[in-house]
Amino acid sequence: MNASLQFTVNGKSKRVSTDPRRTLLDVLREDLGLTGTKYGCGEGQCRACTVLLDGTPTRSCLTEITEVQGRKVETIEALARDGNLHPVQQAFLKENAMQCGYCVPGMILTTVGLLKRNPNPTQVQIIDALNGNLCRCCGYVNIIKAVERAAQSSKEAISK
Amino acid sequence: MSAPRPEHEFPEPERYELHEGPFYHFEISRREFVQVLGAGILISVAVPTAFAQRPGRGESSAKLAQRLHLGADGVITVFTSKVEVGQGSRTQLTQAAAEELRVRVDRIRLIMADTAVVPNDGGTAGSQTTPSTVPAIRKACAAARELLLDTAATNFNVDPKSLSVRDGNVEGLGSGRQFTYADLGGEKHAEALKRDVALGVTVTEVAQWKVLGTPVARVGGTEIVTGAHRYPSDIARPGMLYGKVLRPPSYGAQLIEIDLAPARAMADVSAVRDGDFVGFAAPTSFAAERAREETAKSAKWNTAPHPSSDELYVYLRAHASSERSRRDKKGSPEEAFKAAGKVLRESYHIAYIQHAPMEPRAAVAEWTNDQLTVWTGTQQPARVQDDLAKALRIPRERVRVIVPDTGGGFGGKHSGEVAVEAARLAMAAKKPVSVRWSREDEFTWAYFRPAGVIDVAGALDEKGTLVAWEHVNFNSGASAIGTPYQIPNVATEFKACEAPLRSGSYRALAATGNTFARESFMDELAAAADSDPLEFRLCHLKNERQRAVLVAAAELFGWKTEWKKNSARQKIGVGLACGTEKGSYVACCAKIEVDERDGTFNVLKVSEAFECGAIQNPGNLRAQVEGCIIMGLGGALREEIRFQDGKILNPKFSQYHVPRFKDVPQIETVLLNRPDLPSVGAGETPIIGIAPAIANALFNSAQTRIRSLPIRNSGYHAAG
Repeated sequence: MNASLQFTVNGKSKRVSTDPRRTLLDVLREDLGLTGTKYGCGEGQCRACTVLLDGTPTRSCLTEITEVQGRKVETIEALARDGNLHPVQQAFLKENAMQCGYCVPGMILTTVGLLKRNPNPTQVQIIDALNGNLCRCCGYVNIIKAVERAAQSSKEAISK
Repeated sequence: MSAPRPEHEFPEPERYELHEGPFYHFEISRREFVQVLGAGILISVAVPTAFAQRPGRGESSAKLAQRLHLGADGVITVFTSKVEVGQGSRTQLTQAAAEELRVRVDRIRLIMADTAVVPNDGGTAGSQTTPSTVPAIRKACAAARELLLDTAATNFNVDPKSLSVRDGNVEGLGSGRQFTYADLGGEKHAEALKRDVALGVTVTEVAQWKVLGTPVARVGGTEIVTGAHRYPSDIARPGMLYGKVLRPPSYGAQLIEIDLAPARAMADVSAVRDGDFVGFAAPTSFAAERAREETAKSAKWNTAPHPSSDELYVYLRAHASSERSRRDKKGSPEEAFKAAGKVLRESYHIAYIQHAPMEPRAAVAEWTNDQLTVWTGTQQPARVQDDLAKALRIPRERVRVIVPDTGGGFGGKHSGEVAVEAARLAMAAKKPVSVRWSREDEFTWAYFRPAGVIDVAGALDEKGTLVAWEHVNFNSGASAIGTPYQIPNVATEFKACEAPLRSGSYRALAATGNTFARESFMDELAAAADSDPLEFRLCHLKNERQRAVLVAAAELFGWKTEWKKNSARQKIGVGLACGTEKGSYVACCAKIEVDERDGTFNVLKVSEAFECGAIQNPGNLRAQVEGCIIMGLGGALREEIRFQDGKILNPKFSQYHVPRFKDVPQIETVLLNRPDLPSVGAGETPIIGIAPAIANALFNSAQTRIRSLPIRNSGYHAAG
């Protein structure tokens, strides 16, 4: 029996009629064509599937679609505004914080969530916040640099 | 266009390749394949097939293959069969083309791994892109540049020697005159261009490099950070369904009977049984999964006995093949061992581990009339094309394999199972089908880096000099089985085994285990000779490149002050290791801190020196070296595939622990640039030093010799 659900995705209201046991990850990718959100493990261990749910980094592979009823979902596709990359995206590019890049959307959204909570994180806090995100290319060194750069640039943006 | 046959493609230096037939056997009918290119100049090159490259085969099987297209619209397109799986090949090959064409990097469009349009440069393996494909692309692009200069000289009646190319435009023609690659496509020059380009073109000298040798950022980076890049698992086609495949409950299990009726009763579900293959396609992956689950209930299987990882090393020794053995000998090792004053013998073990790329295997298959197109993540597009042709019984010319830049490989994606599954399901459903393996599928039905048993023996004379060496590898492979040290009497042997798990390539493959064994054992010999492990190695090393990285790593690390000979346990330990593989050289030092109360330790610092000839992209090289060190920490500290009764016991990231941010030590690297030497690949060798360096550091600290990977099985385990 399908459930009829309404939620906001990247600023747009969506109405979806679907099996209520499906995950948010599957609905984003298969029904809404938002493939920037990745499957990596299906058990919440790699966070390639991270989206922002009401602004908080959330593992979409463990989120049943019914849980997002009436809520706000943001995916990697919505981060750039009016053709301008988000400062975290810019920082990842600047530090070349990607090899295969498959983990990058999840890394970026986790970073966006971190910097919202804590705009001035220490390296230890960055590592704590990102430890749930796997990068099998093991490009962790550049990713840490990118998060530090993003924190720096948002601080500068705020002080301007 | 017909491509060369794949089974003779450039062999990986490490010849321990997975070579199995396709899983399934299908039937289908036929039609011809057509492909189109836009207006412009197409530069084809005579590519000798690998078949022709074999000694004594002559040149007869050389084929013309398109390498470069200079569009009348100004777009420059370069073609290669190489794939981008995160190692940086797209950027590096783009740099190579831009360098020789004298254009900016963003002018180049690189078409990778589309079997309908690219020449066969071989698969992406064995660190071959840098030494083989970069030169091939550079030569073709240098030829195009000369063509541009010659045509401009003829057109404007000037001496070609007075001309040069800058930013894609010919300079020296006189004021106001322009001539670009786009102009070559004009009708006017059609006659002049009907000729062969000289093959003896010279490529740009390293000292003159402007694009190569610089840290160009990853081409396609913006698509990655915006989520716009479509990985194989993201490809969507109109009307596409999602597929799931029924897996046997254990290795070797055979399907006896199954009832597809429950799945067929489900709305919009297509169910297929073809021999052992049972699969489902539905409008959502959830619906396909429901169909699989319902059907699985009725499946009856005959299972087969299968060994357990608990008995793995005994099993491997007992199942060594007497025929499939490769021996090498120098001097008279038997006599030297007999005559020597001091002889040490030890055995080392390395576990099965898996590549576990972030993106599990995925493929989308689409039939258009009788043509099959498959988008999939593989390092061997030509081999997968062949697998598809065989499995579906169609000529390979009707199969097109396209590899979008893929989410990780590490030697783990040389096979095409998922492509065959998607193609079979798409044939039945008469719609495009996407099959994406789950993590558990990947951990169970992909393949593994082979486990191994390695026996090493060394003989020292009274001065503490190594006079004889023996190294025997059971199952894990022959690469780096030889020693870089100067030893007069050496015997090596690789024994293939009837192995319990499906094995294939890996990052540096057997060089990981062989270097672990050799460098750990060198440490044991150094202790037996009462020497500093660094000095002991240097005393036995003549190769100037190997010495250079070892000295550089030791200086960077501060080995002379950090290392202390220990006769009692101490908190801090340091270790080092060095090695060579695929033409590049590495040395690695590690510092650890051990907590004797609970046997945990932390890796505090790793210093690594690496040399791979002339550096083509220092930014990407550093990232590869750092990535190798951290990935290598996984196999050193924790990674191990466990199995029993034909089942993988830890097929999840919650059970198979790969390195995370918290595992990253302080890392220092030094990249030795050798502009005087040819560039070789760098994505693999930097992984081989870390495991022995850490094992040796544990000996230095805890006085415990680690002879089995992962270290966690030895009573000491990494914190976290």
